[in-house]
Amino acid sequence: MQHVSALREPLVTGGKTLHDVTQDICYQVEAKPNLRWMAALSVALFFLGVFFYSVYRTVWYGIGEWGLNKTVNWAWDITNFVWWVGIGHAGTLISAVLLLFRQKWRSSINRAAEAMTIFAVICAAMFPVLHMGRPWLAFYVFPLQNTLGSLWANFNSPLLWDVFAISTYFTVSLVFWYIGLIPDFASIRDRAKGPIARFSYSMLSFGWKGSAKAWSRYETVSLILAGVSTPLVLSVHTIVSMDFATSVVPGWHTTIFPPYFVAGAIFSGFAMVLTLMLITRVVFRLEDYITLEHIALMNKIMMVTGSIVGVAYITEFFIAWYSQVEFEQYAFINRATGPYWWAYASMMTCNVITPQLVWLRRVRYSIPLTFILSIIVNIGMWFERFVIIVTSLHRDYLPSSWAMFSPSIIDIGLYVGTLGLFFTLFLLFAKFFPVINMAEVKTILKYTVDNGPTYNPAKAVHHAPAHPAAPGVPASAPVTYTKHD
Amino acid sequence: MTKQFALGIFEDEDVLLHAVENVRAAGVKIYDVFSPYPVHGIDDALGIERSRLPIAAFFFGLTGLSFALWMQIYMLGFDWPMIIGGKPHIALPAFIPVAFELTVFFTCHGMALTFFTITGLYPRFKTHVMDVRATDDKFVMAIELDETGSQFSRLTQLLRDNGASEVNQKEMSKN
Repeated sequence: MQHVSALREPLVTGGKTLHDVTQDICYQVEAKPNLRWMAALSVALFFLGVFFYSVYRTVWYGIGEWGLNKTVNWAWDITNFVWWVGIGHAGTLISAVLLLFRQKWRSSINRAAEAMTIFAVICAAMFPVLHMGRPWLAFYVFPLQNTLGSLWANFNSPLLWDVFAISTYFTVSLVFWYIGLIPDFASIRDRAKGPIARFSYSMLSFGWKGSAKAWSRYETVSLILAGVSTPLVLSVHTIVSMDFATSVVPGWHTTIFPPYFVAGAIFSGFAMVLTLMLITRVVFRLEDYITLEHIALMNKIMMVTGSIVGVAYITEFFIAWYSQVEFEQYAFINRATGPYWWAYASMMTCNVITPQLVWLRRVRYSIPLTFILSIIVNIGMWFERFVIIVTSLHRDYLPSSWAMFSPSIIDIGLYVGTLGLFFTLFLLFAKFFPVINMAEVKTILKYTVDNGPTYNPAKAVHHAPAHPAAPGVPASAPVTYTKHD
Repeated sequence: MTKQFALGIFEDEDVLLHAVENVRAAGVKIYDVFSPYPVHGIDDALGIERSRLPIAAFFFGLTGLSFALWMQIYMLGFDWPMIIGGKPHIALPAFIPVAFELTVFFTCHGMALTFFTITGLYPRFKTHVMDVRATDDKFVMAIELDETGSQFSRLTQLLRDNGASEVNQKEMSKN
């Protein structure tokens, strides 16, 4: 028995059966690594090397290796931190918020998006820790009594809130992701041929058997975790924005920051999800699971959040004028017309104008255009953080302190290096872990499968499939069956 | 201790649900059902009670919230009050972010640990399963047999009549 809605696009194309899903997703895990993967991994490992070298220089010689100066004492490090944390937000939005809203299309992308969250937060955490100068004293941020006296951490400081927000965010995302992985590890375990694979996936799957009671609890726990992750994801970038908003620096001291940062985070996060998914679906041949429909839906979220960000930029300007505060007004005029006008112009073009192209159906459903768009948005969002941080700092209150910022080679190395770290982790994940949540895709299979060939929007005709998707289903039983409630 | 099980293999979740109801109506006790994904409605069909996990979640959250507030108020208000511009030592609005984060932290990790404990999930060297296809594309209904296994033929008929594509007998250590 199939329940195919005539109004909705199929979420999985190609007439997949339950076994096909297991086969398609496990194939990547079981097959020998292919050449393209090895090539990508070696590039990522090279940049990981750049990262380690930059970390070594930063730790051994100190923060002086960076391009910071007395006036601009926060620059690329915090820009990168906020950028990476923001990217992580899309994963939690997909895994938690879309679960609560019962958006079934999330099933094909949530696993990889959550992995992206975790790896992005790891990259983000590198920057504040390295900026401490003495990262081996990083435990000072936790409320442990100070070794020099009985002093505790200062809970009034937004930077300390950040510690709690980021560590909660990281561990919660990790646990949520792992619980989702357990049934899929069990699938791989039960297919594994070699002793090493059987042993490793048995350890990883925690002895999951898929019993009815375990599934019932699994669903309850997922729902609770989604329920707590939803306010969590909103709180994390809120707290990150408070690093700036609770200060008295013109251009930072803005009440609009929390919602503006959260929207920006989801905006940049979806851009990154799109970048990764467009590559993954081709490399791992997952076109039937991550369809054009998925890409269009993600594009729409990107457009909505991008528009919110655009409105926030304009609101900031309006409020600066309306407040009649001279310093605030100067900060914004300087942003747009001062020496960093090019950063501001890039930010406005990339973040406000480009996402509006998604209104066109042709752009929304085009793979190359979406890919280019997602890269542009990622660049734009990096510039947004750079503009907010550097342009607010570089014109200090005293004109004699005015300065410009230019990144050192180590600054660039650290940023490019975290990209290497991110892609190394993501490629290892994509090879050894199931990139698509098999169990969840299987639940939607009966309702959204399309029996035709790989989905092509040009000749999409909506009709009920002639034969059931799962072969061997006795035709007699389900007909008399009335839905149990 | 090993036990004998009759395993009914089903191909479709709706057939399975139908069969679970009929098998139970026939007075046979179902040991467990194994499926590759959560089958909606099977809790009621099998008579599994509604989980009390949300209650646990609430108390984990409450613990986190109380702990966070106590920690901040005790540390900054009583143990080592810091004078910062004459502002109050117990600045509750400033304590909210950490209180919120720890509420989420305790709820999430408490729930995960509770889930692993009550479901008996922990890393193991080897996992014994009823049928390896239960994590792939088959729905497996396990019915416990007595030592002689005498009811097997009767159960085979019952399961077949209810749409099972095959019925197997399996010896498993019961855990």
